[in-house]
Amino acid sequence: MEPIEDELSDEGALELPSEPMRLNMGPSHPAMHGTIRMVLDLDGETVQDLDIQPGYLHRGFEKSCERGTWQQVFPYADRLNYVSPMLNNNGFAQAVEKLLGIKVPERCEYYRVILGEIARICDHLTCNGASAMELGAFTPFLWMLKLRDFLWDILEEETGARMTHSFARIGGMAKEPTANLQRHIEELIPKFERTLAECEDTVLRNRIFLDRMEGVGILGKDRALELGATGVMLRSTGVDYDVRKAHPYSVYDRFDFEIPVGHRGDNYDRFLCRMEEMRQSIRIIRQALAQIPKEGPVSVDDVRVVLPEKPEVYTTIEGTIAHFKLVMEGIKVPPGEVYSFSEAGNGELGFFLVSDGSGTPYRVRCRPPCWFNLNSAHEMLRGGMIADIIPTFGSVNMIGGECDR
Amino acid sequence: MSKRVLERLRAQFGERILETTDFRGDDTAIVAPADWLEVARFVRTDGECLLNQFTDVTAVDYPEREPEQPRFDVVVLARSLEKGHRIRLKTRVADGESLASLFTVWAGCAWGEREVYDMFGIKFDGHPDLRRVLLYEEFVGYPLRKDYPIDRTQPLIPYREDGQFMSKLPPFGQDEGQPWTRINWAARLQGRDQQVSPAIALQQGQRRALSDSTAGDHPESDLGTVEE
Repeated sequence: MEPIEDELSDEGALELPSEPMRLNMGPSHPAMHGTIRMVLDLDGETVQDLDIQPGYLHRGFEKSCERGTWQQVFPYADRLNYVSPMLNNNGFAQAVEKLLGIKVPERCEYYRVILGEIARICDHLTCNGASAMELGAFTPFLWMLKLRDFLWDILEEETGARMTHSFARIGGMAKEPTANLQRHIEELIPKFERTLAECEDTVLRNRIFLDRMEGVGILGKDRALELGATGVMLRSTGVDYDVRKAHPYSVYDRFDFEIPVGHRGDNYDRFLCRMEEMRQSIRIIRQALAQIPKEGPVSVDDVRVVLPEKPEVYTTIEGTIAHFKLVMEGIKVPPGEVYSFSEAGNGELGFFLVSDGSGTPYRVRCRPPCWFNLNSAHEMLRGGMIADIIPTFGSVNMIGGECDR
Repeated sequence: MSKRVLERLRAQFGERILETTDFRGDDTAIVAPADWLEVARFVRTDGECLLNQFTDVTAVDYPEREPEQPRFDVVVLARSLEKGHRIRLKTRVADGESLASLFTVWAGCAWGEREVYDMFGIKFDGHPDLRRVLLYEEFVGYPLRKDYPIDRTQPLIPYREDGQFMSKLPPFGQDEGQPWTRINWAARLQGRDQQVSPAIALQQGQRRALSDSTAGDHPESDLGTVEE
C-alpha cells in the first residue's frame, strides 16, 4: 500500500477518490461463526471503523424465563452456549442454589465438575478447530470435531442427549453417574492427548497459520479489564483471572491445576491458551474421577426442591403432593437477589437472579461472557486488515445463542 | 473482604449511600441517581476499592412501586483484579428519567447500557452510541418491562395465513407453556391480580403488601384472607 501512495504523490497528477467504502459482512456469511452482521468502513483493505451488530439470534431468553418455573429455565440455559451446555446448566443450578441457600451433595459437585470440564473441552475444540479451518487447515478441524464427537458420546451416555442435555437440576443432578463413566473417560484420554498433539503439530509450525495469528487482533490488558472481557480473552492478555481459581466454587479448590496465560493478547495466545486449558481440564477430570464418592446421593434430600423418587410418587400421598407442587407451582425460592458466576467456556458466565418468593423467576439476567468479549472485538478489529477479521473473530469465539440470548 | 468497600463508601459518602445489604454474601450499595456517576468513578479509582474489572450492567423492573417510588433498579457489578472483591451498585430510576452513563468509567458499559436501553427504555446521558442493540429499530416498546405482554410478537414480515405449506406461525399461543404460573401483569397493575405471589421485601416497598391487594375481593379469587 505505502509504496504505491508514495509513487502517486511523487507524480502529483493523479488523485484517487479516497472515500472509505462501506461493506456489509454477514449476517449470513460462510466465514462468520453464527449469524452476526458487521458494517465495515474500509480504506483499501484496512478497516477504518466498524460496527458489530448482534441480535439475529435474539429469542428473549430473559423474558421467557419469567413465564415458567425455575426448573423450566434449564432447557433455555442449554441453548445459551450450545457448544458447552453442561456449563450453563451448572451455572444456573448453582445460582438458584445460592439464592435458596442450599448446598448440594459432594457426589453431585464432582459429577458437575466432570461433565462441565468435558463440555469445556468440547467448547475449546470447536473454537480452535474452526480457527484452524478458517486459515486453511482443514485436517485439524476434522480431527478435533471427531474427538468432540467421542466426548459427546460420553455425554450422551451420561445424560441421554448429545448437545442440549438439560441434565442439571436445582439441588442436584437428574441421574447419578453411570457405572461406566470412569472407564469411558480413561479410554478416551490417550486418544485425546494424541489428537491434541497431532493438531498442534499440523498448525503451530505452519508459516501461514503463524502469520495470520501472531500479532493479530491484539487486546491490551487494561482495556480488556474495563471492557469486561473474561475467560481466554482476558487470560491471553496476561491476567490470570479464572473464576475456578479466583473464587473457587463447587469443589475446584481441591484440584491441582494451572491457569495458562498469554502475554500479548493476540490470536496466537488465545489459541495456545485454549489448547493448554483442555489439557488442564483433563487433569481436573482425572483428579475428580479419583475423588468422586462412589456411593451416595446426587441430589439434596428436600422435597421442596427436588422431585421425589417415582415409586414414592406413585405409592405415597406425600410423594404425590410434593411432585404436584413442584411441577405445578415450581420451587418456592425465597425473595431476594443474588449474582452467581462460574467459569464457562468463554469466560465468566453470571446469573443475576431476582426472586419474589413465588415459583416463577421475577428476573433472570444472564451475564453472557461472549457479549462483553464481542464488545472488545471492536478494538481488536479496528485498524486491522479485512482478512484478519476472520481469525480474530474466530478466536473471540462468539456463540450466537449466548451473545444474543 | 468487600465489607471494607462498603465501609469505605459509607465513610466517603455518608448519607448519600442510601442503603447497604449483603444478602447471601453479595455486597450491595444503593445510591441516588444523582450520585451514580460520582460513586462509580470513586470505586473505580480509589486505592482501597479499585474496582477496575467491569462485570455487568442490568436493570430490574418493579412497576408496582410506582408512583411512590421509581420503577427501575439499575444494577452495576464490578470486581477488583488486585483485591479480588466484588460489589454491586444499585440505583432507582423512574420511567422516562435518564441516568448518567458509566461509559467513561468502564468502557464495557457501551454495550451493557445499550442493552438496558433496548430492553427497558432507560436512557443514559453521555452514552456515545445509544441505540437498540439486540432488537431492530422498528421494534415498538421495551420487552423486559413487566407490562410488555410475553406473547406479543412484532414480525417484520407478516405471518402467512393458516393452511399454507411452510407458513410462518407465531411462536406460542396464550395457553402454551404453563399459563397458571404466569402473572397477568396487565390485570395486576390495575389491581385485579388473581394470582398473588408472596411479596418481595415489603419493607423495601418493592411490592404492595398482599393485604393492600384487592385480590380477595375478586369473585373468582380463593385468596380470601392473607396471613401475617
